Amino acid sequence: MKSRREFLKTAATGAVLLGSQSKLGMAGMLDQHSGTARSKVVVARDAGLHGTGAQLEEKRVLALLDRAIASYTGLDNPTVAWKRIVPVGKVIGLKVNGLGGKGISTHAALVLAICERLQQTGVKPGEIIVWERDARSLQACGLTVNTDPSRIRVFGNDVAGYEDEAVAFGTIRVKLAKILTRECAMVINLPILKDHELAGVTFSMKNMYGVVQRPFELHANGCNPAVADLNCIPAIREKVRFTIGDAMTSVYEGGPGFHPERLWQPNALIVGEDRVAIDQIAWHMIARKRAEAGVPTLEEAGRPPHYIATAADQAHRLGTNDPARIHLMEV
Amino acid sequence: MKFKSNWKWAIAAIVIFAAAAGTGCKKKGTDPFPASGAIAGWEKTSETRTYAAKDLYQYIDGDAEQYISAGVVSTSTSDYKYKGQLEATVDVHTMANAEGARKIMETGTKDAKPVQLGDAGFAYAQSIIFRKGTSLVRIVAYESTPDTPQALLELARGVEAKL
Repeated sequence: MKSRREFLKTAATGAVLLGSQSKLGMAGMLDQHSGTARSKVVVARDAGLHGTGAQLEEKRVLALLDRAIASYTGLDNPTVAWKRIVPVGKVIGLKVNGLGGKGISTHAALVLAICERLQQTGVKPGEIIVWERDARSLQACGLTVNTDPSRIRVFGNDVAGYEDEAVAFGTIRVKLAKILTRECAMVINLPILKDHELAGVTFSMKNMYGVVQRPFELHANGCNPAVADLNCIPAIREKVRFTIGDAMTSVYEGGPGFHPERLWQPNALIVGEDRVAIDQIAWHMIARKRAEAGVPTLEEAGRPPHYIATAADQAHRLGTNDPARIHLMEV
Repeated sequence: MKFKSNWKWAIAAIVIFAAAAGTGCKKKGTDPFPASGAIAGWEKTSETRTYAAKDLYQYIDGDAEQYISAGVVSTSTSDYKYKGQLEATVDVHTMANAEGARKIMETGTKDAKPVQLGDAGFAYAQSIIFRKGTSLVRIVAYESTPDTPQALLELARGVEAKL
């Protein structure tokens, strides 16, 4: 296990930096160390996650999560590591994705594993909100709605509603979910890796479509620049600070809905703070799988995820899509 | 006088035609989802939910656009379970015309097996898609078992018979 001194040393050389904006401070890092800093993205895999059948071996998910977090933070003790990620005494949101329906939604096993570690870190059950658009989407993840504040809360925007006042950035004007604006101090983003009929790829940044009232209005032009603009909305940019992406199961073509004939099991979690770098890595994973399966590239299909480069441009500065500035750790 | 009599016959004909057309509309609106037990082993496990084209994003956001551009009028969906274990979802898309159903079917059936269903149908290991007139039906199972392909085919035939 690394000491705090070693951890900070690693951070100073560009892997993870404790900043003022967040506990891990990636946004700050890119600004302060422009040209030298690299965004760390961990891809943790377990080839045995699905065993011999298609069923996920849920008991292995916690071990995979621990490995991913240990690699990201450099801290082997999960409780110590999680204390570097989340503030204790504040409400933590876990934004899942159940849009594709049962079979291609964030796995409940991952949600439960994170909740277990959060509670061991000192976060009270009532300070955890697992959240999506509505009850049906939560159900697709294998979760049941609960609004009892003495337990882990699980509910959707259909219960909590949206702000009356719209907020704007660039080309978009949206009404945000009250769960984001009023309830959560920090949000951990738990998207699921998918091909997307319009955007090309949906993962970290695109999962924020579940945070607004009328997401379908943001689909023009392959969701570009809407995805990047949306992630620049201050409440999203500042609160959604960490991604634990579910790439245990994915759909590489025909998404974002459930297409069993195009299902694929990367058996991976993708972890990091730089949402742009994470999406860039996700795109490459899907591209590799599409090549292997003999389906056209996303460029050939006319839907490369242009929004990723947009998110990295000077007008957005959400992170980096430059492979040379991404420190990819595959463990 | 003769003119008056013809006029009465014309009104009667219009009334009869309207009644017949009304019956036709009712048939079109018939629930295409087989009830529990109607197909051996299959139980209907949810209420049928129906989405108009403008609300389709609530059900399949991101996928909705391809259906809307193909002229979807509404989509109905219901969940099923086979022998208490295998879960499946049936989606029935009602398109403005048969061409719309054909357009959606044309995408992504390269490695599928043709099956005798409606006007055209294709089967994969865990899903079936077919069209019949203006209806496009997609059935997906959430697990692949030795029984899955045959069970899905039987459910699909049950839906087809009700369209």
